[in-house]
Amino acid sequence: MRIFYYILTCITGLLLIYGVSDMPKWGDPHSPASLHVSPRYIEKTLEETEVPNMVTAVLADYRGFDTFGETTVIFTAAVSCLLILRKRKKEKDV
Amino acid sequence: MIDKHESIIIKTISRILAPFVQLYALYVIMHGHTSPGGGFQGGVILGASFILLAIAFGIDEVKERFAERILTTFTSMGVFIYGFIGFVCFVLGANFLDYGILPVVEPRGMGMLGIEIGVGITVMAVMVSIFYDLSTYE
Repeated sequence: MRIFYYILTCITGLLLIYGVSDMPKWGDPHSPASLHVSPRYIEKTLEETEVPNMVTAVLADYRGFDTFGETTVIFTAAVSCLLILRKRKKEKDV
Repeated sequence: MIDKHESIIIKTISRILAPFVQLYALYVIMHGHTSPGGGFQGGVILGASFILLAIAFGIDEVKERFAERILTTFTSMGVFIYGFIGFVCFVLGANFLDYGILPVVEPRGMGMLGIEIGVGITVMAVMVSIFYDLSTYE
């Protein structure tokens, strides 16, 4: 049975490697990722947001909603940790 | 439960190091919109400084100075600052989180700085809060 799992893992890995071979080359200027919105961000960030840091401009300005969600996710993580792990003082006395 | 560390070297080094780590964290947050860095990174560094103190001096002593109650307030305050800045833009007549309308110099940069301060506060408080919860769980 173990050998079966090894073979299954190898086949899945080979399939994934085969899939990677179809992707555009690293840093290819004609790949879809660098043709759609990236040039616009690079050309217009300073003009539109008056901020020299492109990464932060995309993170906090163009995609402000997304970052708001991220912050809420972190907040939720802390609240759930608090609810599960923290002991209340009443329970401590018992 | 993390107790006070016995080694005097560790205690002295972490005591000297902590303010510099915190200063660097504030720099990373404040310069988030002009240089690499930002709220998430700076918040993590700021939280790590408190965790360093907790490891060196024991968690009880750090809890005395930075209580869980205050941490919980900070956790929600950061998200509130973020949402509040977005809402102010909304009230002034622009879209939610459209900083261009804020009545300050360089409104977009200042808006980003504001929300990054909010993110930094939340990330710092969350890091320390989760550390407290995990290390005191029995």
